[in-house]
Amino acid sequence: MKKLLLGDFAVARGAYEAGVKVATAYPGTPSTEITEELARYDDVYSEWSPNEKVAFEVAYGSALKGARTIVSMKHVGLNVAADPLFTAVYAGVNAGLVVAVADDPSVFSSQNEQDTRLTAVSAKCPVLEPSDSQEAADFTAYAFELSEKYDTPIILRLTTRVAHSQSLVELKERKDVPLKPYVKNIAKYVMMPANARKKHYVVEDRLKSLSEDSENFAINRTEMNSEELGIICSGGVYQYVKEALPQASVLKLGMVYPLPYKLIEKFAKSVKRCIVAEELAPHLETLIKAHGIKVEGKNIFPLCGEFSSKLVRECVSGERAEVCPIDIPARPPVLCAGCPHRGVFYVLSKLKLNVLGDIGCYTLGAVTPLNAMDSVICMGASIGMAIGFDKAEDGAYQKTVAVIGDSTFIHSGITGLIDAVYNKARVTVIVVDNRTTGMTGHQNHPATGKTIKNEPTYPLSIEEVCKAVGVNSIRVVNPDEVAELEKAVKEELVKEEVSVIIARKPCVLLTKKLYQGFSVDREKCKNCKQCLKIGCPAIINGTDGVSIDKSLCTECGLCKNICKFKAIEGVVKC
Amino acid sequence: MLSILIAGVGGQGTLLASRVLGKYALDNGFDCKLSEVHGMAQRGGSVITYVKISHDPLEKIYSPIIDEGGADVILAFEKLEALRYLSYLKKGGVVLYSSQEILPMPVVAGEREYPKEIEKELDGVEVDALSLALKAGNAKTANSVMLGAFCKIMKLDKEKFSAALLACIPQKTVEMNRKAFEYGYETVK
Repeated sequence: MKKLLLGDFAVARGAYEAGVKVATAYPGTPSTEITEELARYDDVYSEWSPNEKVAFEVAYGSALKGARTIVSMKHVGLNVAADPLFTAVYAGVNAGLVVAVADDPSVFSSQNEQDTRLTAVSAKCPVLEPSDSQEAADFTAYAFELSEKYDTPIILRLTTRVAHSQSLVELKERKDVPLKPYVKNIAKYVMMPANARKKHYVVEDRLKSLSEDSENFAINRTEMNSEELGIICSGGVYQYVKEALPQASVLKLGMVYPLPYKLIEKFAKSVKRCIVAEELAPHLETLIKAHGIKVEGKNIFPLCGEFSSKLVRECVSGERAEVCPIDIPARPPVLCAGCPHRGVFYVLSKLKLNVLGDIGCYTLGAVTPLNAMDSVICMGASIGMAIGFDKAEDGAYQKTVAVIGDSTFIHSGITGLIDAVYNKARVTVIVVDNRTTGMTGHQNHPATGKTIKNEPTYPLSIEEVCKAVGVNSIRVVNPDEVAELEKAVKEELVKEEVSVIIARKPCVLLTKKLYQGFSVDREKCKNCKQCLKIGCPAIINGTDGVSIDKSLCTECGLCKNICKFKAIEGVVKC
Repeated sequence: MLSILIAGVGGQGTLLASRVLGKYALDNGFDCKLSEVHGMAQRGGSVITYVKISHDPLEKIYSPIIDEGGADVILAFEKLEALRYLSYLKKGGVVLYSSQEILPMPVVAGEREYPKEIEKELDGVEVDALSLALKAGNAKTANSVMLGAFCKIMKLDKEKFSAALLACIPQKTVEMNRKAFEYGYETVK
C-alpha cells in the first residue's frame, strides 16, 4: 500500500519496518515528528530525553545491549550529542544505531545554518542522505544494515525540505529482528587510552573499506543522459536538479561520507562539464577536489540558504532573472495572543534590563515592540551568560536577567544554575514555565508529569531542583499579573545571591476554549496606546483608535491589567 | 502537473488544506508532493505550503517546492498573503483568495498601513470565507469554504474532493465543515 508521508514519518516508518526497538530524542524542528510518530507504535519503546546527549547515550546503551535503535535530533542537537557520538564511532555498536539529524538550510526555525556533514567528517561517522520520503524510509532501513555490517553508528542526514515534505511511500511489514547477543568486551567498549589508540586504526580502516565498498552501493547511482553536463548531488538537491536540468547526466550519491571516488572520477570524465550541486558547505566538492578530480561547485552556487529548481537552473546557466521585491508590510512570527510569555517581556522591556535569552517561543520576546532581549545563542546559555555579565562588571547584576523556558531549563539550564550558586554569582533567573515544549509543537518533558505516550510519571519540580542546588530565593508568579511580576523582578535584582522567579502559566494553545473576546470602552479609552506596547496581535491600532480583534483575543487579561483607565472590558478566563 | 501555492497566516489551517489536496491526489492515484513549514515560522507569521499533483499516474514530480512563476493556482487564506506571493503565479494562473484581512504586527503597531486596493493587483476570485464560515457555524471552517471554492474553480470531482476533506478533520466537526464546503462551492460562479 502507498501512503503520502512526511519525510520524518517516513524515517519513523523505515525504522519500524527495520525492527527498531528503541527510539529516543529531544524535540527539535525539523526532526521532532520522527519520534512522535514512533511513539504511536506499541512495539517500540520511545522517550523524550531531557537533552540530545542523554538521548544519544540511551540509544547507544540500547544498541550495545542488542536492540536496533534510532536517536533523532536537529543539527544543533548534534552539537549537544557530539561528545558521545565521537567516541561511539570508535567503540562501535552491536545492533544497528541510526542517528537521524535534520539540518535547516534557510534557517526556518533554528539559530544557525550549520552543516551536519562537516560534523560527521570530524566524527568519522558515515552519512546517508535521502532525497524524498520513499528514500527516507528505505535509507533508514538500509542504515541499520550498514551500521551492523560496519559496526558504526550511521548518520541519516535530512534537511527541512526532505523532513517536512510529503511524498508517496510504499508501506512494508515490520521485520522481526531478534536482539543481538551482548558480549562483554573491555578492549572494544572501554575507551581508555590504550584501547582508544587501537580503535582509531579500526575507524580509519572502516572508512577506507566503506569508501571502497560504496563504489557498488545501489544508493550511489549514475543516471547518464547528455555528455555536455554532469551534476553530482545528493538529498533534496537531487530533486531540484532533475526538475531544472532534465537533460543533464546525474551522479546521485546516497552516501555522502565516505565517498566512492572511482565512481565519481568515472562520472566526471564522462561529461564535458561536471558540477557539484550541494546546499550549505562545499563538503562533497572539497573531498572530490582533494582527490584530484576536477569539478565546479561553490564558484557558481551560494554557500547560504536552501536551493530551488530555479536557483539550480540559473546558477548553471549563469543567467539570473532579476526579481523586483514588492514593498508590502512584513509578517514576522509573533508571540500568540494570550501567550503567557508576553507579560514577562513587557515587564523586562519596561525596566530596560539586559535580557540574556534562550531557545524557544520566548525568543520572540526580541521582536518589536517588546525588543526585550540582548542575546540568544543556544539551549541553556542564558544562565551561564548572566553569570558572565555579573563577573565582567561589578553591579551589572542589578540590571541583568536570564530568561529560560521550562523544557530548556531541564535540557541544559540546571548545570548553569549550579555554577551560579557554586561560584557565588549574583544572577536573577526567570523560568518562563508554560508547562510544555511549546515551539516544537507541545511535547511533554520531565516536569509535565507525562511521558511521550502520555502515561503518568513523576513530575519534576523546578522549585525543588532550584532548592536542591542551593538557591534560597525562589518564587512563583503568574506572568499576566504584571504588577506583582514587576515587584518580584525589582526585589530579586538587588539581592546579592542567585534568585529564581518561576513565571508559570500554561501555553495558551494548550487550553482549547471558545472565547468571547475583550472590547475597548470608547468612553473610557484615552488613546494613550499603552496597550500597544505588549505587542499583542489581537490589539489593533486603527484610525479611529485602539480596538480588539475578538476572533484572536483569548481573554488573558494582560491588556486589562496594564490599562490605567480601565477601558478594557471583559472577564479574564484564560 | 498542477502546482498550488497555499498562503496564509500561521494558525489559519494552511497545513490542513494541503493535506486535503494530498489525500485527493492519492485517492485518485496521482503522484503528489507537499511541502510545509513548521516551528517558529508558524507563530502568527506568513506561512506558505506547496502542493504539486501530477496529471496522470505516470508523470513524476521531483521538487516539492514551487518556483517563482511556477504556480497554477494561489490559494490564499488572507488577502495580503496572496499579494506577497503573487510573483509565484504563472502567466494565466488563478488567484483564489479570502477577503479576510489579518493585520501583521507592523500594521498593528501603526508603523505601516495595510495596503489598499489589493483586489485590483490580485485580479482574481475573492471569497468572503469568514462570513460563510460563521454562517456554517465557526470561523475556523473558513479553510473548508476556500476548499469548496477551489473545487468548483478547478472543476474537480465534488464528491471525491469533499470526501477527502471530511476524512482529514475531526469527526465532531464534519457537519459544520460539510456546510462550509458547500457554501464555498456555491459562492463561485
